[in-house]
Amino acid sequence: MALLEAKRITAGYGETEILHRVFVKVNEGEIVSIVGPNGAGKSTLLKTILGLLKPREGKVILEAEDITGLDPDRIVRKGICYVPQTDNVFASLTVEENLEMGAFIRKDNYQNRIQEIYTIFPDLEERRKDRAGKLSGGQRQMVAIGRALMLEPKIILLDEPSASLAPKLVRLIFQKISEINRSGVGILMVEQNIREALRIADQAYVLAMGRNRFHDTGQALLNNQEVGKLYLGD
Amino acid sequence: MESIIGVLNYGAFFAITAGIYAILCLGLNIQWGYTGLFNIGIAGFYAVGAYTSALLCGPPPGPLDWRTVGGLGLPFPVGVLGAILMCGIVALFIGFISLRLKEDYLAIATIGIAEVIRLILKNESWLTNSVWGLKHIPPPLHSPIQRGISGFLSANPDASVAVKALISKSYNWFYLGLVLGIVAILYWVSERSIRSPWGRVLRAIREDETVVSAAGKNVFRFKMQSFVLGSMIMGMAGSLYAHYAMFIDANSFEPLYGTFLVWVMLIAGGSGNSKGAILGAFIIWGIWAGTDFMSGYLALSAIRVASLRIITIAILLELVLLLRPSGLLGEEKFVSKMMGKSKRGG
Amino acid sequence: MVIYGLISGSIITLGAVGLSLTYGILNFANFAHGDIMTLGAFLALICLTLMQALRIPATTFGALSFGLPMVLALMMAMVLTGGVAILIDRILYRRLRKSGRIVLLIASVGVAFGLRNVIQFIWGPLPQYYSAEIQLARKIPLLGIRIKPDQIFIIGLAAFLVGMLHLFLQKTKTGKAMRAASDNIELARVSGINIDRVILYTWIIGAALAAAAGILGGLENKFITPNSGWEMLLPIFAAVILGGIGSPYGAIAGGMIIGLSEEISTAFISTAYKPAVPFVIMVAVLLIKPRGLFGGK
Ligand SMILES: Nc1ncnc2c1ncn2[C@@H]1O[C@H](COP(=O)(O)OP(=O)(O)O)[C@@H](O)[C@H]1O
Ligand SMILES: [Mg+2]
Repeated sequence: MALLEAKRITAGYGETEILHRVFVKVNEGEIVSIVGPNGAGKSTLLKTILGLLKPREGKVILEAEDITGLDPDRIVRKGICYVPQTDNVFASLTVEENLEMGAFIRKDNYQNRIQEIYTIFPDLEERRKDRAGKLSGGQRQMVAIGRALMLEPKIILLDEPSASLAPKLVRLIFQKISEINRSGVGILMVEQNIREALRIADQAYVLAMGRNRFHDTGQALLNNQEVGKLYLGD
Repeated sequence: MESIIGVLNYGAFFAITAGIYAILCLGLNIQWGYTGLFNIGIAGFYAVGAYTSALLCGPPPGPLDWRTVGGLGLPFPVGVLGAILMCGIVALFIGFISLRLKEDYLAIATIGIAEVIRLILKNESWLTNSVWGLKHIPPPLHSPIQRGISGFLSANPDASVAVKALISKSYNWFYLGLVLGIVAILYWVSERSIRSPWGRVLRAIREDETVVSAAGKNVFRFKMQSFVLGSMIMGMAGSLYAHYAMFIDANSFEPLYGTFLVWVMLIAGGSGNSKGAILGAFIIWGIWAGTDFMSGYLALSAIRVASLRIITIAILLELVLLLRPSGLLGEEKFVSKMMGKSKRGG
Repeated sequence: MVIYGLISGSIITLGAVGLSLTYGILNFANFAHGDIMTLGAFLALICLTLMQALRIPATTFGALSFGLPMVLALMMAMVLTGGVAILIDRILYRRLRKSGRIVLLIASVGVAFGLRNVIQFIWGPLPQYYSAEIQLARKIPLLGIRIKPDQIFIIGLAAFLVGMLHLFLQKTKTGKAMRAASDNIELARVSGINIDRVILYTWIIGAALAAAAGILGGLENKFITPNSGWEMLLPIFAAVILGGIGSPYGAIAGGMIIGLSEEISTAFISTAYKPAVPFVIMVAVLLIKPRGLFGGK
């Protein structure tokens, strides 16, 4: 069943239209990757799904419920969490406080959840009292993802989680993403590390100039000659 | 008839002051309207201009004065140039400190310099004569015009009272012409410069600084030029005020008169629009002077009336911001596709 | 001299902490902050008169020159000032938030002039006194220096309020959310933090601290005028910039440094130029370390 579906999304900033009738779909339990050249509108698509931008046309459907045009805080409550591409931690708060902020709207006791996050990212437990701004790039990305997981969302939107990380860390982050996915969270992520992103994806979309270019399983796109030539430098 | 002449003569007085405010507005328009620079120390530049000009052109210190310098008795144009130059120097200093930083720093720095200037005016009596102020600042071409007036009056002893009343105030009409002439020149210069490539860069800086620096322009230099130019114009206004009022002291430059009114004028008229700057100056000065008239009908003390007038202007400002944020005329639209408006974001 | 520096530092600190909070979270330089202080001081005056009318017993505390009514008035004025700040936000700032920070700044200049003149309209420009009789508080020796009991109260209360604020920011969920919003308001929003509530608290706390600063300033100077707060604005901004914008802790250090240097400067330069000292310090900071000693925004 479709967990999240964005249909015919047209959106942009001010007068300029960036996305033209874009479509993506995430089924329950899937990892879906969106790849494409810089400026294709990938980040814009995530922002539109989260309600930071209002689409001019199209619908965002979460588990058969139309959530198009709701404000971000409402959408977050419905179970979609978002990790922005940049500035995605509260730099002057400690690691633990960052996680608490992720749970801001939870009324129950979320200490268990913090422990669960520490089990996924053991690095963070060691540094729980340190300010997030002092962490390394990889650890910050973990804080950001951890924060988004605090609400136990149905799906998280990740905007280039592996950007500017060393290769070893890239692999680690992708590993963690798979792990999170196996625990039942849907993943919709935008990536620049196209090969890795396609490898772990169930479904993948190639976006170019604000339009859908290709859509297939991750594996199929990896093997697609045209995609290889255009985006993988084969 | 006489009352008409009275109104006319008041009109000249009104228009001179409004014209001086229009000059301040044009200066601020270059800084804020074109470039987005937030100067809230207008009173300081105005005062520097007025004192510089007064010290250059005024008489030497009298026996009762505290001050020991100044009073070179130089001609009026030298005073105006001196005022312009001095304000340029002060603006360079302030700009150097704050123009590389976020815009609010400029606001705070200008408020600070205005405060320092106020303290200097109050305390450095050797220079400014402190609260006793500078007296007998010569109005330009005053004596030839007065001679002309007395010549006319003695030649036409039986001219009607009305004509006499009008003629005897000729100096005001002359000064009005001078002020409006300068307003016209500045208007022309403003319009020319905003349409020039230089002006387009300023506007692009206001829209999005990062795009401009990405295009390889030195944003700091352009901001500095705009800030200095605007401040110089404010200094010119100060000089014109000094030579018209003939007397200035530290109290002529309360933050309210200098700064707040000018801001309200520009915002009400339309930031980024030279016509709006001039229109705003005349309208707001009209309201300001008008509330003075009306105060005669209120059974309130002078101080209360003054407060009430400022409250009125403050409310007016907020109403403009809420209801008509681009002012009466709004910003002029230019066809400038040179710099894209797109912002980078991820 | 150091004592006077500490006292004026405490007062500046209270103002600066509030300003820094609003600056950081609402992201604009609130030029009405000084006049909010004045408002607090005058609201306390109203409360005081009210209590005299209600014949609240003027219990005094030891050697302090004022009694229970003043303390009650202080608390009431803090609450009321917070209320006024929220009202202004609802009527004005909230509607302008989309127009950007500089429009908000301009609006706050209008609020500053408006508030000051409302106060001046009601009370006139002359100084007002919290107490008609001049009670000369005894000076008591403390650690070898002489200090008035009132001054101990001022420093003590300022320290207490700053301490409470610290606990609030560190230990409560709302306090942490305020720090988060100050840090990165977009991220706070997408984390589901209720920004409206954060803004509400910011105004209440900022204005209440400003009111306290205004009142304590009145107690120290023995009088208040409609210009009192405006005259404090520059030192307060200097303190905020010195400490780093948006960092309440920096503002504490900044406030104390500005207060002390103002007083110590009188040993070298004419007192007439005391008000210029914060500006000079600010210029130095902007030139050397524009993000402030503790790295603000
Ligand atoms: N805040 C913004 N305002 C205006 N244009 C924007 C903004 N953010 C992005 N854009 C433009 O939208 C287009 C798509 O950007 P984005 O979605 O960030 O692309 P991607 O994430 O695929 O690299 C780009 O041309 C970019 O310049
Ligand atoms: Mg992107």
